[in-house]
Amino acid sequence: MLASLRHLLKYRALISSLVARELKARYRASVLGVVWSFVNPLLLLLIYTFVFTVVMPAAHPPELQPFALFLFAGILPWTWFSSSLMESANVLIAGGNLIKKVLFPAEVLPIVSVLAGLVHFCFGLPILVVFLIYYRVPVALTDLLWFPLIVLIQLVLTTGLALLVSALTVHFRDVRDLLANLLTLWFFATPIIYPISQAPGRVRQILNLNPFTHLAVAYQDVLFRPGPFTQGTRLLAVGIASAVVFFIGYFVFDRLRDTFAEEV
Amino acid sequence: MSAIAVRDVHKLYRRYGRRKQFATLKSAILSGSVLRDLHPDAVFEALKGVSFDVAKGKTFGIVGRNGSGKSTMLKLIAGIGKPTSGTVRVDGRVSALIELGAGFHPEISGRENVYINGLMLGLTRREIARRFDEIVRFAELEEFIDAPVKTYSSGMYMRLGFAVAINVDPDVLLVDEVLAVGDEAFTHKCLDKLADLRRRGRTVLLVTHSLDLVTRFCDEALWLDGGVVKAKGDPKRVIDAYLMDVARTENQALARAEDGPEGPPLRDAAVREGGANLQVGPPEPEDMFKAAEGRWGSREAEITAVAMIGASGQPAHLFQSGERVEIRLHVRANQRLRDFAFGVGIFNTEGVCCYGTNTLIDGGVAGELIGEGLVVVAIDGLSLVEGTYKLDVAVHRQDGVPYDYHRQLYTFRITSRQKDVGIFRPPHRWSFSGGIRISGL
Repeated sequence: MLASLRHLLKYRALISSLVARELKARYRASVLGVVWSFVNPLLLLLIYTFVFTVVMPAAHPPELQPFALFLFAGILPWTWFSSSLMESANVLIAGGNLIKKVLFPAEVLPIVSVLAGLVHFCFGLPILVVFLIYYRVPVALTDLLWFPLIVLIQLVLTTGLALLVSALTVHFRDVRDLLANLLTLWFFATPIIYPISQAPGRVRQILNLNPFTHLAVAYQDVLFRPGPFTQGTRLLAVGIASAVVFFIGYFVFDRLRDTFAEEV
Repeated sequence: MSAIAVRDVHKLYRRYGRRKQFATLKSAILSGSVLRDLHPDAVFEALKGVSFDVAKGKTFGIVGRNGSGKSTMLKLIAGIGKPTSGTVRVDGRVSALIELGAGFHPEISGRENVYINGLMLGLTRREIARRFDEIVRFAELEEFIDAPVKTYSSGMYMRLGFAVAINVDPDVLLVDEVLAVGDEAFTHKCLDKLADLRRRGRTVLLVTHSLDLVTRFCDEALWLDGGVVKAKGDPKRVIDAYLMDVARTENQALARAEDGPEGPPLRDAAVREGGANLQVGPPEPEDMFKAAEGRWGSREAEITAVAMIGASGQPAHLFQSGERVEIRLHVRANQRLRDFAFGVGIFNTEGVCCYGTNTLIDGGVAGELIGEGLVVVAIDGLSLVEGTYKLDVAVHRQDGVPYDYHRQLYTFRITSRQKDVGIFRPPHRWSFSGGIRISGL
């Protein structure tokens, strides 16, 4: 497994080229092109903001202001997470021709999905900055230093799950459908459209088992909640958990690797 | 020092039972059979203990029927998939031309695809940049390299794929039946490129159905059949052994087709046993001649069996063009006859008579026909072009009224290494004088 990981390093250039290709190919032949990377999260945000501030303003505590920013701090990373996993579920099957005909490490494909998602996530950040300035949110610089770490932990967690999902889907195509529903459940089981403080004690315990809860809370802490960053220990715990998930995912992928060429 | 060493390689493909085909994760969990379903119900052994070596710098050909395990072997050598048991060792950088342009993305330009494809094949960015012009020139795509690949014709697509793969400049190049990708000119370029690799001491492994290519190009050949090495060594010898085997199978298939599905007819049995004994007992006409509408006559005399004997001395349905062939007719007279003649005719599949003659035309004068006898028409060189032919045979009165006429009841096939056209091949020779030089004729 470690040998596989080292081998993978040699394919850095391929991974970065494939990510670039992914982004280019996605928006080629669309009028707005790369602008969609900004427009997509913005539109999503507008919808959520409309629902929670106009349709049912009582659904969240009034002190949670500006609510749009609170939503955005959670939805942006979640979109990265869920779209990466959904794409990973398909990526080995869609790339079946490659896996059967060309010798290269197959994990490149799910990793590219996750990294392409990361790039989209980064495209969404300027919008976030605009929000922060518009609402004149005081963000401490020391808080912002945590931000890349949170992103890194999310990257490790997402990659681990993406490897697992992509490898399993080759054997059980059901994983795709299962995953779509699971992600919906997961979204609501993460404090993104509600603050974790609003959840009753018993439920909160369950939510705390969800690693993405801590990531979402950490994002909110950095970007939304005033005051110094308080999630250090939680972040450490979720970082370790993510590393474990990554190794499990990579281990499963590595074990199933030889079956891909025959099964896709 | 060998570039490729294959030792006792077995490859099993798992074949799941019918149940698994429709099984889902849900049903697997519900029936508690997740783990069981991950185990195969049956296996298919694509390679059964294959061993061979390819010496460094040699060009090696693998031939065999479809499904003989050729491509599986190639994939194992390429490292796509692992042998179930045994070892495959390859020395140096491998590039496999298994499917050209497998990694191309239709939406982006040829240029970007060249880079990505090259990276996939193990080149670095700098190496690709250095070879880029050569790749594009080789693919003849100078004008289109910045257009998205989806606008390419299939030929352009393949050419680009080939150009990238061959410019990886591998130590070992694996080629799976991909040389027929372009027009004639491009195929020649590919062959030139292969020859060039060879000159530079690279090892080339060719999997192909083009036997001609193997005899012309390879230093050594391997014939795989049903996952087993049937022959290995000098290409000409291996190819001939393979061709003979193909002919034997084709013969059997033709014999079966002619005799219909019900029961192996006697004549077929004779072919299978390889017995030179043509007389296979008194044949039952009902069995022998299924296509009754193709046979008519008053039956004062009958043709009871027909066989074509090739150079092998045995009844066959498949001959080389120019081979010495005998048509043998077993004849039985049901009464004493004085007015009779024998005739044969050869027709192609369009029904054109390629040749016909009878004892009368050839100047024979009928004497007497009593009881049984054998008629042999020996053709020193059956110089027909490649194709399938039908045979007419007859015994008839001298005025043409048939006693027994078999109309196109017998099928045979002519194969030829030369792909000339028409109906027959007159023996011919080319010669040149003046400022004309052509060699190889």
